[in-house]
Amino acid sequence: MSRLPLEGIRVVDITVAWSGPFATMLLADLGAEVIRVENRRHFPPATRGTMARPTKSVMAGSVGASYPNREAGERPWNRFSWFNSMGRNKLSMTVDLAQPKGLEIVKDLIKISDIFVENNPPGTMDKLGLGYHVLKKVKPDLIMICMSAFGNSGPYRDYKGFAPVMEALLGHTWLRGYQNSDPTQTGVPVYHADACGGATAAFAALVALYHRKQTGEGQFIELSQAESMIPHLGEAIMDYTMNQREQGPLGNRSPFKAPQGCYKCKGDDKWVNISIGSDEEWEKFCQILGNPGWTKDERFSDMLVRYKNHDELDQIIEEWTKGHEPYEIMHLLQKEGIPCGPVLSEGDALSDPHLKERAFFLQLSHSEAGTHPHPGFLWKMSQTPPVVKSPTPCLGEHNDYVYRELLGKGEEEITQLKKEGHIGTDYLPQII
Amino acid sequence: MKKHFQQALSNVRVLDLTHYIAGPYCTKLLANYGAEVIKVEKPGEGDGARRLGPFLKDEPHLEKSGLFLYLNTNKKGITLNLKTKLGIKIFKDLVKWADVLVENFEPRVMPSLGLDYETLKQINSKLVMTSISNFGQTGPYRDYKASEIILYGMGGAMISTGLPERPLKLAGSVVQYQAGTVAAVATMGALIASKFQGIGQHVDISIIETQECSADRRTTNLLSFAYSGGTTFFRAHRMGLLIMPHGRYPCKDGFVEYAGGEPVFWPRWVKMLEMPELLENPRFKDLADLSHRGEFEAIFLPWLVELTKREATEKAQKAGVPGAAIQTPKEVVNDPHFNERGFFVEIEHPEAGKIKYPGCPFKTERTSWEVRRPAPLLGQHNEKVYCDLLGYTKEDLIKLKAMGVI
Repeated sequence: MSRLPLEGIRVVDITVAWSGPFATMLLADLGAEVIRVENRRHFPPATRGTMARPTKSVMAGSVGASYPNREAGERPWNRFSWFNSMGRNKLSMTVDLAQPKGLEIVKDLIKISDIFVENNPPGTMDKLGLGYHVLKKVKPDLIMICMSAFGNSGPYRDYKGFAPVMEALLGHTWLRGYQNSDPTQTGVPVYHADACGGATAAFAALVALYHRKQTGEGQFIELSQAESMIPHLGEAIMDYTMNQREQGPLGNRSPFKAPQGCYKCKGDDKWVNISIGSDEEWEKFCQILGNPGWTKDERFSDMLVRYKNHDELDQIIEEWTKGHEPYEIMHLLQKEGIPCGPVLSEGDALSDPHLKERAFFLQLSHSEAGTHPHPGFLWKMSQTPPVVKSPTPCLGEHNDYVYRELLGKGEEEITQLKKEGHIGTDYLPQII
Repeated sequence: MKKHFQQALSNVRVLDLTHYIAGPYCTKLLANYGAEVIKVEKPGEGDGARRLGPFLKDEPHLEKSGLFLYLNTNKKGITLNLKTKLGIKIFKDLVKWADVLVENFEPRVMPSLGLDYETLKQINSKLVMTSISNFGQTGPYRDYKASEIILYGMGGAMISTGLPERPLKLAGSVVQYQAGTVAAVATMGALIASKFQGIGQHVDISIIETQECSADRRTTNLLSFAYSGGTTFFRAHRMGLLIMPHGRYPCKDGFVEYAGGEPVFWPRWVKMLEMPELLENPRFKDLADLSHRGEFEAIFLPWLVELTKREATEKAQKAGVPGAAIQTPKEVVNDPHFNERGFFVEIEHPEAGKIKYPGCPFKTERTSWEVRRPAPLLGQHNEKVYCDLLGYTKEDLIKLKAMGVI
């Protein structure tokens, strides 16, 4: 095995919530040394918790499930699944950016780093004194990735937005829903924009790094998470620009398949997806079901009429699926080459034989959260396979490494920095 | 666009054996930032996406599929029959030329053509070969068939998406686009190892694994379940984090989305509603006590229904509440923000004419995103590639065509 592609590359990570930490996890998986810069005085939303010290009622609610055994523990910020699922291979330092000294410390760190990633509202870094024009002087070949919800210009520049807000404005929310229903009947929000923005930002960092390796030039990259996701809706956008057609929600259907749907199975909340894209697949499907009379019905004889009579067909299929388990149906249909698969609950995925054989889940031990299976790497590589060097860091876990080894601070300075609130392993007591 | 800068990837050569969505989106990302991408298609038929809509004016035509046109801008296109001996020989010549090969066939296909990684690395030891497949190159489901809904159901967060009554997929093909994006990340990582360490390798992308560890909340739910046997995000009519509305609500002319499940947003909600007295209301002291959610909605819903979605967006954003209008594709294409930023670009194509396309996913100071050419016609660059690059003569091309090789 060889050295990982990004070994020797240091990333300063000041990101919050999901998209930024996802981006830097991908860079860490490629071998970069990612140092999270965190602040004991500031608790960013949806990052190391919804609250630094969750109340009893928060713990009793759905957020409680994100802590081991539903217990917040003494330092809840180290036990939170949202953060811990994207923190492998990263280091954590604390520094107070509200103090001038804190800014100098971050600049000193950037001076010996390669990439700086942030996903705060536009203007935040400039206000802090960490804008690109400042940092470029500190580190001329720096790559700075600024990933905000809507970008650094335009009327929505200052819009506050988690992924659902972006997805509302960029069209995904409209297109995603049950058929013949309005957006209020779609249930809980989804966060594809975080996954997409994060992966696109990691790609951007690598493109810039490739350029730097050849030319020595760093650069500023501006990523609007919304604009990184509109491309994922390519065909719906093109249908409008080509044909002025406004696509609407298709539920679980596809214009090119019939039947396609999510069907109820035997058991509690068990479901199977079936997706039939040709008459040949349809005939095999009918055979598996034993060719009951309705399969000869001319309302289902070809793709076009099956699509037209889809509701009825769904009911008939579900009568059959209800008597079987999802995995059983998958194997039965796949044996005949019919696209089919269970809707895997979290528990199903954790014990799925395919994911197990591919060693997808990683058994990681975390000093404050315990030992658990974690979702693993997003790729396999034959020569530079990703490895786990360390689990998600506790807050400030690597202060010693950063302050002493990287920044060369001595004992006295460290004592002073602790006193001033920079160095620590907890959030200040007044932080809720 | 800063034309005076060389594009970041302009010395990168990509041999593109992909079709449909995930593979083509990966190579599109590379092409947009400068890579020279040669797309190999089956003679006469081409990429299956050419036969999927939406079609220009609803007229099915190999050169008028919006899906294909969109996914293949900036690529050169050749035809080559990989079921012929000569086709394989020519393909291997192209492998010699390439830095990167991306393919998204079912895993059994490349070995069956004699084009497995072990063979290709003998020809080009520094080659990065990225294989994108539904379930990955190994494992018991390796040869299973899938489609968007199946990938989301097995890999993604479908079990926790939608209403309790039935799980719901995401719109369109976003799972496959996301897999293409992740594949581009991994390919760039491997390319850096190839160019600067001299290491070639095989990259195995399983689309379901790009979902299982995805920040769309699948990865958080999986770890939550491992932690506590439960999850924070599950199918429900509403998100139940705090009493403030979370999700989609009707207004005068459409719908508005609200997000943000943290107490920090509460004073902003009060400010948005212009009802400071709510801060003093004892029933709203414990925001996580959902028994008072109904009372708050009784205040909020009538307030919202008086506003247009645009007005509601302005009010939310002015107060710092994460909320915004739910827009249709038409509204997205005509949106003042995306247009002021020049997001949509017009591209002229010889058969499909001038059409607006979604543009660049991020802006770079140097090494720009650029539209250099529209999607290729089927076999458009045969002469350029076979004659100029590989040294065949025009007479050879006629013979190759007659033999069904190109």
